[in-house]
This record gives sequence, C-alpha cells and structure tokens, in this order.
Amino acid sequence: MQLGLSHFLALSALLFSIGLYGVLTRRNAVAILMGIELMLNAANVNLVAFNRYVSPGVMPGQVFALVVITLAACEAAVGLALVMAAYRSLETVHVDEINLLKW
Amino acid sequence: MRGEMAAFILLAAVTVIPAIVVVTSRNIVRAALSLVPTFLGVSGLYVLLQAEFVTAIQVLIYAGAITVLILFVIMLTAGGTGLPVRQVNEQVPLGILVAGALAGGLLFVLLRAPWPMVSGEMPRYNARAIGTALLTNYALVFEVTSLVLLVSLIGAIIIARREGS
Repeated sequence: MQLGLSHFLALSALLFSIGLYGVLTRRNAVAILMGIELMLNAANVNLVAFNRYVSPGVMPGQVFALVVITLAACEAAVGLALVMAAYRSLETVHVDEINLLKW
Repeated sequence: MRGEMAAFILLAAVTVIPAIVVVTSRNIVRAALSLVPTFLGVSGLYVLLQAEFVTAIQVLIYAGAITVLILFVIMLTAGGTGLPVRQVNEQVPLGILVAGALAGGLLFVLLRAPWPMVSGEMPRYNARAIGTALLTNYALVFEVTSLVLLVSLIGAIIIARREGS
C-alpha cells in the first residue's frame, strides 16, 4: 500500500482529537495550552500534506505552516504570561477555581 | 515505497503515543516532556513530506522554545509541593465522547472526499522556494505575521510584569 495523502489526514485527525480531549478535560491551564499546541500541530501536518499531494511545485501550504508555527509561538507566550499573571493574583492555575466572574 | 510506509508507521507511533501521554498523564512535568517526542515525530512527518525547512523550524521552535517555555511556567506556578493534585475535571466521559465523535467525523469526511491529487515534484531547494514565496506572493502575510509577533511579545512582557515595579 502506497503512502498517500489519506494517511497523513488520518494521523492529523487523530492528533487533533487527542488535543481536543486534553483541552476539554484538563484543569491545569498550562496543560490546556499543551492541548492547543497539539491541535495546531495537527493543522500544520494537514497544511504540509496538502501542499505535497495537491499542489506540489508551489509553496502555499508550507508558507502557511510557517505562519501557524509563528502564531503558535505568540499564543504560547501570551497564554503563559496570562497564566503567570493569574497565578500571581489568584494563587492557582486550575481553571475551575478561577471563577471570580461567576456569580 | 515500502520503506516510506514503514517510516510513516514508526513516526505515527512516535507522534500519537506521547500525545496520548500528554493529555492523560497525572504528572504535569511528564506531560510537558512528552510534548518533545510528539513534536519530533511531526517533524519526521515533514521530512517524509519533503518539507525540510518546516522540519528545521519545527525542531527549533516547538521542540526547543515552546517546550522550554511551558516547563518554565510549570516550574514557576505549580507550587513545587509535589502533592498529588487532581489534574482532570469532571468532564472526562463527555470529553472522550466529543473527541471520539470528532475523530470519527473527520476520518469519515476526509477519507471519502475526492481530493484533486496532482503528482509532481517539489522544488529541489526547499528553503529558497519558501523564501521566494514569502517575499513575493506572501509578502503581506509575512509582514503582518512579524507585526503580530512583535505585538504579542510586548504584550506578554507587559502582562507578566509585576505590577508596581
């Protein structure tokens, strides 16, 4: 069986679902960010795989994969800074205990 | 072709098994360190897809920078007590249901859709092709991304800075 686009799509669908499970079930805000990183990686695999199998020769998929990697770095930096700020004022990183706005 | 398939299966295992550890491990440091094999497995997949430049960037930024950033925040926040803390909320059955449904739906749609497959060669010099694309067709994307990077870094510094100092 030849390696094709469908293998990569299946793998990235699995990886995305694993990341979603992490985002939905974790209490720790840092662990939620890890789940988001997994989901962004799955999207990147899709972009590069489509670039290879649907439009070889031009580079849109890889360019946008690089953009997504850059934005993932931004998101990690801002998200972790928010976690630090929340930890400093609330003494917790568990998102189910951060409920100041919940009445 | 057979070697390619074997490499894909190996890399898929290296990617998916640590990813499951990332979302299920009770130890948050172990979860963070399990991100490294996942990111390296994904970079191996990029090699299979003939995207060498993206591979290098993946190793540098994900496996290097983001993992270290996450580990630093764990070190600064977890309290360092080593007490066993419940890591999952009460949505585990719902989470399994939603993630499984999403995986099934995505597999069903993505594997049945007729993609317009084109057989062709990738450019021989990957980094040169990407650089040319970034500075011609995608120059606006490149500039806006660099602006977002600058803004997010300044924002992160301002958010994380201690107040009053």
